[in-house]
Amino acid sequence: MDRLHLSQHISRQFNSEIDDVRRRVLAMGGLVEEQIDAALHVLIERDAAAATAIRDRERSINEMELAIDERCTFILARRQPAASDLRLVLAVMKMLADLERIGDEAKRVARMAERLLGDEGSADLTAALAELGEQARGMLRGALDAFARFDGDLALDVMRRDRRLDGLYRDLNETLVARMQAAPERIPAELERLWCARSLERIGDRCKNLCEFVLYLVQGKDVRHSGLAKGE
Amino acid sequence: MSSVTPELPPAQASLRASDDGIALRTESLSLWYGTRRALDAVSLAVPARRITALVGPSGSGKSSLLRCLNRLNDEVDGCRVDGRVWIGDTDAYAADTPVHELRRRVGMVFQRPNPFPLSIGDNVAYGLRLHGVRQRRELDERIEAALRTVALWDEVATRLDDSALDLSLGQQQRLVVARALAVEPEILLLDEPASALDPAATLRFEELLRQLAQRRTLLLVTHNMQQAARVADFTAVLHQGRLVEFDDTDALFTNPRQRLTEDFITGRYG
Ligand SMILES: Nc1ncnc2c1ncn2[C@@H]1O[C@H](COP(=O)(O)OP(=O)(O)OP(=O)(O)O)[C@@H](O)[C@H]1O
Ligand SMILES: [Mg+2]
Repeated sequence: MDRLHLSQHISRQFNSEIDDVRRRVLAMGGLVEEQIDAALHVLIERDAAAATAIRDRERSINEMELAIDERCTFILARRQPAASDLRLVLAVMKMLADLERIGDEAKRVARMAERLLGDEGSADLTAALAELGEQARGMLRGALDAFARFDGDLALDVMRRDRRLDGLYRDLNETLVARMQAAPERIPAELERLWCARSLERIGDRCKNLCEFVLYLVQGKDVRHSGLAKGE
Repeated sequence: MSSVTPELPPAQASLRASDDGIALRTESLSLWYGTRRALDAVSLAVPARRITALVGPSGSGKSSLLRCLNRLNDEVDGCRVDGRVWIGDTDAYAADTPVHELRRRVGMVFQRPNPFPLSIGDNVAYGLRLHGVRQRRELDERIEAALRTVALWDEVATRLDDSALDLSLGQQQRLVVARALAVEPEILLLDEPASALDPAATLRFEELLRQLAQRRTLLLVTHNMQQAARVADFTAVLHQGRLVEFDDTDALFTNPRQRLTEDFITGRYG
């Protein structure tokens, strides 16, 4: 897919530099997806073993972030890119930060989920958390696909899904508060669930940021703080 | 003489009416060398007291366009021009427009510095004498003023009688700008004026252009996209004799509207 004709530079070296950055971002995104998968595995399937690989993956993610950032800096310095080339480099540099933080949120969810392993909870709560997690994971997948294919429509679609995630979070929030009021001894466990839910909701926000950068890259429009960004 | 219509060419709808006005404009300007068309209905409005860069592939007609603006093409055999050129509200090709006055108002600087084989001082005085300035005192004052404007005065004040050909390339280029400026043109056309200069001299030359644009209109042909991006307020793109796009430089270099522009400024083979 090359909607932006990024492989048509006269300089083949430049084509491969750009392609390399793009593929590295997707690889980093893949690792971040794995972090979410692992966190959800601990949270929903109550599988403690899934948490063990998270730390190593986090190190890889951080290394990839630095490496991609460095490559972008070199491209800026050596190629002085313009137009879509420039937008790609700028979008990637901003996306890196959001991707890395999505990984952090996933790690946080896994840590809290480990503390919840001994707590029964309820089937309803687990189902609600699972749905929240699925939504967040789906948004990341969508954002990465939108980037891979330079697909502005898909980016917009993913941004709109954030409202649904916010709604799920609000509902779960109410349920958890009600449970805490009814049985104060449950407060510690329900607070963990609340924080898990909030981290998943934030992953959705960050995926929306990713999509805003994809839109900037594809259309040249900065949609941050606009009606679009609010899901309109 | 009729006055310039306020309407902007369609490619330039982004130019706001609140801007400083239009210093020169072409209306459906076409140009042929014999039967070969080098410009194809170019309608371009150049904003006053701004720098407009004119970019495009080799052979796209940039130099031909510049030469139309002060009628240097009149001297080219077999060259035919159709359409209009307005310098302010003067119709450049009208029968009653004096060409020498047009060339005073619209100065030109070429790619290779081309000082005349005269002394430094006489190079600057050349155009002044041509336009009837005879008094030694006035000549001296205007030579000094022009050389100061291009920041050459301190380097040559003591050697005004030396040959201009002994100056370095960077000095020669500033000298020919001074020569063009001495007759106080409103508009300065520059055809790849910095292509022979080293990086530091290039940056100093760009500084000079910014300073000149405070009072004059500059139309700058350059093959250096970074140079256009650094100094130009507006950028126009020419391709096969047509005006492809005109926009403010920030917009054009971050989000061009035309694929031809994008391919050209980013070094893609279209
Ligand atoms: N004096 C001339 N006689 C015949 N053809 C000419 C003449 N000058 C230019 N041309 C032709 O007109 C076309 C435009 O040339 P022009 O010099 O305006 O292009 P340009 O954009 O300035 O190119 P470059 O970037 O190489 O200076 C070319 O095809 C060129 O061969
Ligand atoms: Mg030329």
